Parts: sequence; C-alpha cells; structure tokens
Amino acid sequence: MEVVLAIGIGALAGSGVWLLLRPRTYQVIIGLSLLSYAVNLFILSMGRLRSGVPPILDPGEAGDLSRYADPVPQALVLTAIVISFAVTALFLVVLLASRGLTGSDHVDGSEPES
Amino acid sequence: MSRWVDHLIILPVLMPLVAAAVLLVIDERRRKTKAAISLVTITACLAVALLLLEGASGAAGLARSAVYRLGDWPAPFGIVLVLDRLSALMLVLTGVLALATLVFSLASWDRAGSHFFSLFLFLLMGLNGAFLTGDLFNLFVFFEILLAASYGLVLHGSGRARVRAGMHYIAINLVASSLFLVGVSLVYGVLGTLNMADVALRVSTIADGDRLLFEAGAAILGVAFLVKAGMWPLSFWLTGAYSAAAPPVAAFFAIMTKLGFYIVLRLSLLVFGPEAGGLANFGSAWLIAGGTATIIFGSVGLLAAQDLSRLASYSVLISAGTLLATAGIGDAAMTGGALFYLVSSTLSIGAFFMLTELVARSRAAGADVLAVTMEAYGDDDEEEVDESEEVGVVIPGTMAILGLSFTVCALLIAGLPPLSGFVAKFLIVRALFDPAGSVDIGGPIAGVRWMFVAVLLLSGFAAVIAMARAGIRSFWLPLDGTVPLVRVIEIAPIICLLVLCVLLTVFAGPVTGFVEATAEILHVPSGYVEGVIPSRSFPGP
Repeated sequence: MEVVLAIGIGALAGSGVWLLLRPRTYQVIIGLSLLSYAVNLFILSMGRLRSGVPPILDPGEAGDLSRYADPVPQALVLTAIVISFAVTALFLVVLLASRGLTGSDHVDGSEPES
Repeated sequence: MSRWVDHLIILPVLMPLVAAAVLLVIDERRRKTKAAISLVTITACLAVALLLLEGASGAAGLARSAVYRLGDWPAPFGIVLVLDRLSALMLVLTGVLALATLVFSLASWDRAGSHFFSLFLFLLMGLNGAFLTGDLFNLFVFFEILLAASYGLVLHGSGRARVRAGMHYIAINLVASSLFLVGVSLVYGVLGTLNMADVALRVSTIADGDRLLFEAGAAILGVAFLVKAGMWPLSFWLTGAYSAAAPPVAAFFAIMTKLGFYIVLRLSLLVFGPEAGGLANFGSAWLIAGGTATIIFGSVGLLAAQDLSRLASYSVLISAGTLLATAGIGDAAMTGGALFYLVSSTLSIGAFFMLTELVARSRAAGADVLAVTMEAYGDDDEEEVDESEEVGVVIPGTMAILGLSFTVCALLIAGLPPLSGFVAKFLIVRALFDPAGSVDIGGPIAGVRWMFVAVLLLSGFAAVIAMARAGIRSFWLPLDGTVPLVRVIEIAPIICLLVLCVLLTVFAGPVTGFVEATAEILHVPSGYVEGVIPSRSFPGP
C-alpha cells in the first residue's frame, strides 16, 4: 500500500510541476490542482497508513491506539481540500479575466516573440 | 480566563471578521456607511492592539506569554492564540499601517472596484491572526485568509497590468501554500504535534533516524515562508505584484513581507535555539546568504528602476533582505536592531508607496521612462535656462509638502541621519561589531559579518542615488509645472506615518530599550513555552 501511494503522490506531483511550468494558463491551473491532490495524499500518509480502522472512538470504549487511525491528518486534509478548492476557483476567474483583457491565454499575457 | 481583559486577545481577529462579513451584505452604493464601519473597526483594532501591547509590556508579560485557548482545550490538543511582546508590537504596527492606508484609499481608490472594504478587513484579520496564532496549521489557515484577500486586493482596480501581475502572484503563492502543507505535515509526521511550543519542547527528543525527515520538513516550511518574506531567488514575483497593485494596497502589503520575516524569526528562535541540540541554528547560514543576496538584488534593481512604484518595490526587497540576514545572524542585540528596523522600514515604505501615487499625478504617463532615458543618453544640450528667470520660480505649496515628504522617505529608506532609518541601521551595525552576548561565532562567520556590513551600507548608498535621481526628476525638473490636485485626506496619512518615524527617532532611547527587551525575551523561548504549556508534564513522543 505504501508503494502504491508513494507512486501515486510522485506521479501527481511530477505531472503537476511539469504542467505548472507550461506557458498556457489552463495548463497551469490543472498543474496546480494536481499538485494540491498530491499534497493532500501526502498529508494523509503522514498520519501513518492504516486501513479499516476508524478515526473516532466507539462510545463507552477506552482508547487503544492500535485500533484507531490518527484523526488529525484527516481533519487537516479536509481543511486543505476546502481551501485549495476555493483558491482554484478564484484563480480560474483571474485566468478568464486575463484571457478577456489580453486576448491571449499565455501566462505573460502575450505570446513571446520568437 | 474569566476576566474580560483576557478575552481581548481574540478581538483583533474577531472584529475584522465580523465587520467584513457585515460589509459583504451592504450595498456597494452605501459607500459612506461601509467606510465608516471599516474605519471604526480598524481604529478599534488599533486600540485593542495598544492595550495588548501595554499588557504584554508589563511585569507579567515579561515573565511569560499570555495565551488564549480557543474552545478552552488545553494547549497541545486545541489551538491557542499566544500574545507576547513581539506579536503585540506587530499587531500595533499592522493597525497603524491599516488605518493610514484605509484613510488614504477613501479619497478615490475604494471606488475602483467592488468589496474593497471587505477584502481590506479580511486581509487585516488574516495578518492579525497569523501574528497571534501558536499553532502551525492554524497559521496556514490565517495565511490562506490573508492571501485570498490579497489576491482580491492586487486585482483591485482591474486593468491589464494588474491582472497579469496578479496571476503570477496567485500562482506562486498557491505553490508556496502547497509547500507549506508538505512542511507542516512532515513536522506532524515526525513530532506528532502542530503546536509551536510543543514542537519546541519535543525537538530535542527526535530520534536520529527521524532527524533528516524533520530537517526536510523544516526546510520546506522555511521555503514557503521565504517566498512570502521575499528572499532572493524566491522574490521575482514581488516587484511585479507590488508595483502593479493600487498604491494604498501596495502600502498595506508592506507589512506582508514582514509577516514572512516574523514567522521565520519566531520559529527559528523557538525551535532551533540552543536547546535544540544538534539542530541548533538550523538554516541560519542560508538565511544570511539569501538575505545578503536579496539586498544586492534589491540595490541593483533600485538603481535600474524607472518609475517610483518600482523604486518602492525594490526598497521592500532591500528591507526584507536586511531583516532575513539579521535573523540568520541572530543574537539578541541584533534581533533588537532588526525589530527597530522592521518598524521604521514598514512605516516609511508604506508612506512611500502612497506618496508615489501623488507624485506621479504631476507628471505625464511615461515621463519616468523618459527621464531615465534622458539621463542615460545625455540631455545637456536642451537646458539653456536663464538663471535670473529660474530664481523667481515659486514652488507651489502642494509640491513643497510632497517634496518634503519625499525627502523624509528617502532619508528613512536610505538610512541616513537624522531619522529612524539611521538609528535602525546603527543598531544593526553596532550589534554586528559587538560580539558580547552573541551565540558561538566561528571564524568564517566573522568574515560574513564584515560582508554583511559592507552590503548593508552599499545598499543605503544605492538607495540614496536612486532616490536623489527620482527626486530631482520629480520635483526640480517639471518645466511645465502641473501642480497635482492633492486632497488633505490623501496627504494626511502619509504625514502621520512620517511623523511616527520622526517620533521613533526622537524617542529612540525608550524604543530601543523596548525592542531590546523584546529580543531578550525572544531568545529565551522557555517563557513562551511556559505560557502555552504550563506544566512540563507531557511525555515525549
């Protein structure tokens, strides 16, 4: 499971960074999204990978660390998802505004002269 | 926790939040109501910040930091707001700058787009929260709040240049936020805590196998902060965004690079102090090198800058670089000087950003570029002005005030006597040469100190040249003499900020005593930690 997750994070982050460095605004925003997915998975993995264990205590039961997952990274991921979602939406608006104002979807607002 | 005074700590976060939310539902056409609410809120924030500063400066504040436990959860489990002298000082500084820039923007800029006041207040809330929080992930949330608001403010007024600069600004900050998250989660993965004081307690107990992982986390986190703090080579976004933003917005942004510095200073003193064992002074060599490179880059940029707003942006870079390098060298006397420099440079750069707009009004578009080009290619032949005619020229009152303000700004930014910029640089240089009380400095560091002094003084020299050139072109040369229309509401905040700088100079003694005491406290992190986690009964991981 660790290997699968590590490869997943690596692939997402790698593609994200590559897209981020491309000249088109749409590629940049997809790159940022992929990067944020990679980061979210990474946060989750920092709470140690366990499957089939709940992050909350059953009522009336004493806490036993071997039977529960760490709830903090899950809470962090939720916050991170919400924030990255909102900011991506904002970036999308700026992207459209830039396209409308400059007539170009290049990140610098105009095609480089070659 | 029962006394009402204890609840003051939450107010700098709560008041702008509530006011901004209320302003969202008020119609844009009721501008006066919105302006009044914003003004009252920011004034109240400033008053609370002053109260907090007074509280933190008292005898109780000296011993340990005041803590506000959100939801009353005990420290390592819940989120805490921590108030010590440094955060109180930053709150006051933010409040002063916010009030001045808001008053300035009331003249015209608040009408350049929608929801200006809400964005402004959200930015204030994010800044206050980031200065107060004692939790790493909560810091991330406040960072995102202030960044989201700043994205809106950079774009305020719209237009091609702003959208283009804003897009770069947003993209780079989104990547920095990703790095922030990676760093935070690495720290959590190693230490199992996000509370800054708890991190400081546990850092000495890290197993050898985990140390590399923690160092990687701290370094990634550091990169995220340094992007905000504007360290070269992570700062190429800064000049574009700051010079494209509306002047009052850029003036308020002057505090944002200082926020990056604040976090770097706070965390490196808290976590990587002498108690951290093998991790002590982690990354300080990078800070010195990066800070010095930033000063050099800023100075070169300053000399090459062709308009006033770029001049101001490069001044931001120079001050950021100076602060970061002092954080890297980091003994207590140095930190005291750095804090003085921080206050002085924030106020003066804020004033300068607002001044640029007023000065730019007197000149036609493109005049700046023309001026520099003229200088480069020689313009001796065109000026055959009759001397007797020149003597009789009356300088209009407005231009006189603007020119005087410009001179004061130039003196402050270049760090020339007699104003507070000089006092700040003097304190830093004195700390560089005075090894008493410094941390263990090896042979090569002494060379680094000499280099830093040279770079610091040369940056002042570059600032003098650039400012003198800009001043001559702006105030002595306009031949057709269009006097800009300047309203009192616009010039008053600038003068207020500059008067504050003058007061800093006049009362340099008490202020220096204050910042040095603050620095002493910062260099003994146990007071901070004791305040957050009273009994050290928590077991290690």
